[in-house]
Amino acid sequence: MTDTILSIAGVSKTYAARGKAPAVTALHAVDLDIRRGEIFALLGPNGAGKTTLISIVCGIVVPSTGAITIDGIDTQTGYRQARRRIGLVPQELATDAFESVLATVSFSRRLFGRAANAAYIEQLLRDLALWDKRNAKIMELSGGMKRRVLIAKALAHEPDILFLDEPSAGVDVALRRDMWNMVRGLRERGVTIILTTHYIEEAEEMADRVGVIAKGKLLLVDDKTALMKKLGKRQLDLTLVEPLAAIPPELADWHPSLEHDGHTLRYVFDATGERTGIPSFLNRLSECGIAFKDLETSKSSLEDIFVDLVGERP
Amino acid sequence: MNLHGIWAIYRFEMARFGRTIWTSLLVPVITTSLYFIVFGSAIGSQMQQVSGIPYGAFIVPGLMLLAIFSESILNASLGIYMPKFTGTIYEILSAPLSPLETVLGYVGAATTKSVLIGLVIFATAHLFVDLPVAHPLLAFGFLVLVAASFCLFGFTIGIWAKGFEQLQVIPLLVVTPLTFLGGAFYSVTILPEPWRTITLFNPVVYLINGFRWTFFGTSDVAVGISLTVTIAFLLACLAAITLIFRTGWRLKS
Repeated sequence: MTDTILSIAGVSKTYAARGKAPAVTALHAVDLDIRRGEIFALLGPNGAGKTTLISIVCGIVVPSTGAITIDGIDTQTGYRQARRRIGLVPQELATDAFESVLATVSFSRRLFGRAANAAYIEQLLRDLALWDKRNAKIMELSGGMKRRVLIAKALAHEPDILFLDEPSAGVDVALRRDMWNMVRGLRERGVTIILTTHYIEEAEEMADRVGVIAKGKLLLVDDKTALMKKLGKRQLDLTLVEPLAAIPPELADWHPSLEHDGHTLRYVFDATGERTGIPSFLNRLSECGIAFKDLETSKSSLEDIFVDLVGERP
Repeated sequence: MNLHGIWAIYRFEMARFGRTIWTSLLVPVITTSLYFIVFGSAIGSQMQQVSGIPYGAFIVPGLMLLAIFSESILNASLGIYMPKFTGTIYEILSAPLSPLETVLGYVGAATTKSVLIGLVIFATAHLFVDLPVAHPLLAFGFLVLVAASFCLFGFTIGIWAKGFEQLQVIPLLVVTPLTFLGGAFYSVTILPEPWRTITLFNPVVYLINGFRWTFFGTSDVAVGISLTVTIAFLLACLAAITLIFRTGWRLKS
């Protein structure tokens, strides 16, 4: 039996009509269980409802319907216990510009009902490479540093669940890699991580499971590897010696396509199938006297899967 | 109860006050001194006593409340408005804090600042006039009560406001005129009818007169009514804030 730490049942959100603007349903009855200790990536394009969903879990947005429990504690009736277990890193760099790093992180710990713990805060700031900047005012920090401060604030009260809302937004490549390593480190310490992202690379790199959301609907949830295996396709590209004007009828059974003005013959096959059809395809090519000088195989990325599902780039 | 959370907000707000401590305290000192120069010396020299009280001393409770009203509204409204403006409100809303605890943190800090400023004005007034206080404990209690009430009012304005302009609208267009017309610098009894009767509909009259009573043992209206109006105002603000947190109005989408 799977150990569920967070359960979302039938959660929807409809924003009431305002003036001439009609009512908008941002979430349609979302059901989702998050497993203890996993990294879950909620993937979707801008406006899909990712931030709305985590804002509801964190108590920032009021749901229209549904219930949320954290380790069986209802987030409405048992909000004190539930919220103590959650840390949130928002998408926006919302900080108190005039506060020092140490002061603002210590503030967050107390705000969530924890007594001061100088040793823990020091270790946290050291882990996030912020200790040397502990007395610096937040307004003096770079964007990347501010993002780390927000992570430190979210972790200051030692939460069991960490929400990262678009953690890589506006972050350079090096810092993104650092952040991914930090997230993996947190998971090793038992923290459950839920991140929203529209960077496929981020989900592919880090997630154990992926949920795809679009237009307020959770389209699917699956293990990342299983998802890629299930929906992933592979393709074989053959660079031809002589370009073809059309697909020969003898190859019709494999449904290949011509690319690059007939210089490339592409055969797409199911990566999970017992028979890929490649040997027979190559034999038939030989029989047809079609020679090739190079071949390349590739598998579909999470991004390709996403496009297939929602019909647009994330 | 999340005492750590309340204390965190209180300390944060007091630290904000601490960063501007000199301007926060110097402004009321200078303003009070100017009032004493203009009203106490220039005009006061022409009107020796009001209701048997030297004019310079008579205006002190009104002066204190004038500052308390504006400082309370300003501090409390900014306290909750700034997190909304900068986006840091997410942390308050997602914290394990009840509405009461949140209000205690913000309003408690704002009330502390207002009372400190009131005491500074009181000390400054001592430099200009002889100022006996008939009921010191009651005076302090009344000061705290009025400061807390207006801080609650300011907190509501801070939640309501969508911009800095709206933060100023009610203090400048409603509270300040009501204060000046509420007997801060004169006794309501010297007004001719119908202005005297009309003035009695101004709730600020009761706040100022209640506070003045604690100084001089005399006021234009019964002290019981003053206390009732003050407590009613506090309860009305509390009810409004309770409703706001219950519905999430202007705080949660």
